[in-house]
Amino acid sequence: MRGVRWLLLKDLQILRRSPLQAVLLVAYPILIAVLIGFAISRGPEKPRVAFLNEVPTGTRINVGGQQLPSSNVKGRICGRVECIFVADREEAEEKVASGDALAALVLPADLVNKINSLSTLTPGVPKVEVLVNEENAVKAELVDDRITSLLAQANLTIARRIGAEGSRYLDLIVNGGDFKVLGETIHILGLATSARILEALVPTLPKDLRPSLEEVIEFASQARDNLDVAKPLLDRITQPIEVEKVVVGGESPPLEIFAIAVAATLTLAFVVVLLVAGSLALEREENAFPRLTRGLVSTSGLLAEKILLGVAVGLVVTLLMLLGMQFFVPLELGRIGLWLAAILVAGAALGAAGAALGAAAREVRAVSLLAFMVTLPVAFLSLVPSGAVGPAAFDAIRYFTALFPFKPALQAITAALDEAGPGIGGPLLHLAVLFAAYAAIARLALRRFASV
Amino acid sequence: MVAIIGPNGAGKTTLLSILAGISRPDEGEVESPSGEVGWVPQQAALYRRLTVEENLLLFARLEGHEDPRASAAEMLELTGLGERRGEIVARLSGGNQQRINIAIGLLSRPAVLLLDEPSVGLDPRQRSRLWEFVSGLAGRGTTVIFSTHDIQEAERYGGRLLVLADGEALFDGPPEGLREAVRREAPGAADRDFETAFVAYLHHRGH
Repeated sequence: MRGVRWLLLKDLQILRRSPLQAVLLVAYPILIAVLIGFAISRGPEKPRVAFLNEVPTGTRINVGGQQLPSSNVKGRICGRVECIFVADREEAEEKVASGDALAALVLPADLVNKINSLSTLTPGVPKVEVLVNEENAVKAELVDDRITSLLAQANLTIARRIGAEGSRYLDLIVNGGDFKVLGETIHILGLATSARILEALVPTLPKDLRPSLEEVIEFASQARDNLDVAKPLLDRITQPIEVEKVVVGGESPPLEIFAIAVAATLTLAFVVVLLVAGSLALEREENAFPRLTRGLVSTSGLLAEKILLGVAVGLVVTLLMLLGMQFFVPLELGRIGLWLAAILVAGAALGAAGAALGAAAREVRAVSLLAFMVTLPVAFLSLVPSGAVGPAAFDAIRYFTALFPFKPALQAITAALDEAGPGIGGPLLHLAVLFAAYAAIARLALRRFASV
Repeated sequence: MVAIIGPNGAGKTTLLSILAGISRPDEGEVESPSGEVGWVPQQAALYRRLTVEENLLLFARLEGHEDPRASAAEMLELTGLGERRGEIVARLSGGNQQRINIAIGLLSRPAVLLLDEPSVGLDPRQRSRLWEFVSGLAGRGTTVIFSTHDIQEAERYGGRLLVLADGEALFDGPPEGLREAVRREAPGAADRDFETAFVAYLHHRGH
């Protein structure tokens, strides 16, 4: 292995002597990685929506002559989208047409009156107006989703208010209490109190009148019990279906940790694969391979040297990147041992794959292009989640990506960064198998290099 | 100095690579103790982004020299490139690159040095300096076997000529012997220049 040390030194000298190439080799993957990580980690921005509220100030929703408390519609809407308050309809249209706002939401002046009419004999249809600019399909889809969501939220809010008022009335009927109407307070006796009064009267009545009174008491008692049951029913009507999320598999770490893992794996993959493939092809391009393997260094030694070079540079770059990320997202530095294990094993498997690619072509440029053409789609396919494509396509993607070290490398680095994810053992074993397979392929392919 | 001559595709490079132990012969054997044969490929096998001295140092280290710096200095003196030791190889002329290529082949201190078309791509002045350098090596006791398709170069520098065509050995002997064979087998071209007569000789032999 004496020769490996000097070849490693030589490759580092060549890298140092090509600063632009070295910077590109490191900077480009980091740039791609950071951009992808950034895109994955950020949820969609709040869409900008022009908001025109024509409803007169102080107008409240009434149910059965009772005014409901303010629903703070403006606050609720503007909590979910970024509101641009506009003075009139023309301004709203201008904002949407110019693209300054994704859509405009207009609450017409008669909106509350129409909502209030719902509890009358002549109900109207409350409507809100949405102005959209469907200049492209993606934008149109986004607007539709947001508006549908907002409308469902508004309907739910109103239904809950109405339901709460209904429950209060029911409570008055069952248990009695004070009720304000037209500025006067009326005392409602309630079914429970009525029943108690009647029960007290029963002994004082002639025996022939008692059965009739007892029937009234029985009715009051049954009505109270049944109306009590109606209260939770009324609550349920406002939101008949609730969501209970149960995680049945695929425990995952927080999104920002996953994004960092993606960025780190991309960086490691590009640096290692390109460096190993390129430096191996360089031996051929410089005609040095036959001279080296003519007793100066064994083919396996040369292969080991290239993988070692890739792993060493990949380790430094990936570690620096992770430590840099530490300023933005706190990572558990106590798990650095696992980071190192994941990066080293993943780097070795990626390096072996790079060596197999490097042995496939003669020129460094051709090999670099090949490495990009293989690594990039594999990386993107490895990020396709289940459910995003059909089951057959996903199975095909799963089997295909399992043949390359990127996905297990991503799994290993994710597991190393955060304990919430799956264990690190499986991915490391997978990487070890891929390392052995690709090293064997590279060893076979290098036989071609020996020819003059 | 032994010159292997013949047209393109004659098998010159194949023969040299078999002698160097890089290619295996279909039949026959090559007897040479390992390490005693230095091999210099046709295209310079060195790192163009390293300096002259870094290349020599690297290969001296890979050869396992006890004092690689001394070996590199010795080769720099031999090639006359001592003053250009710090220059990046890519910036040197083809002739100087070939001299370093040969110097690397000499680092193993071989008794026999194989040169595969060492003068290809060099201008006349570079060729002249290269052959002066190679002749100096032969003068110091190194057996040099070189291939070329330039008959005049072979005749001028080769003490022994081996003519190959389509993998067949047509002649093995001194330059005068080849002239004699050409005159004998291609008498019609005997009064023309030697290169034309040699082509007629090859044609007469069915190549």
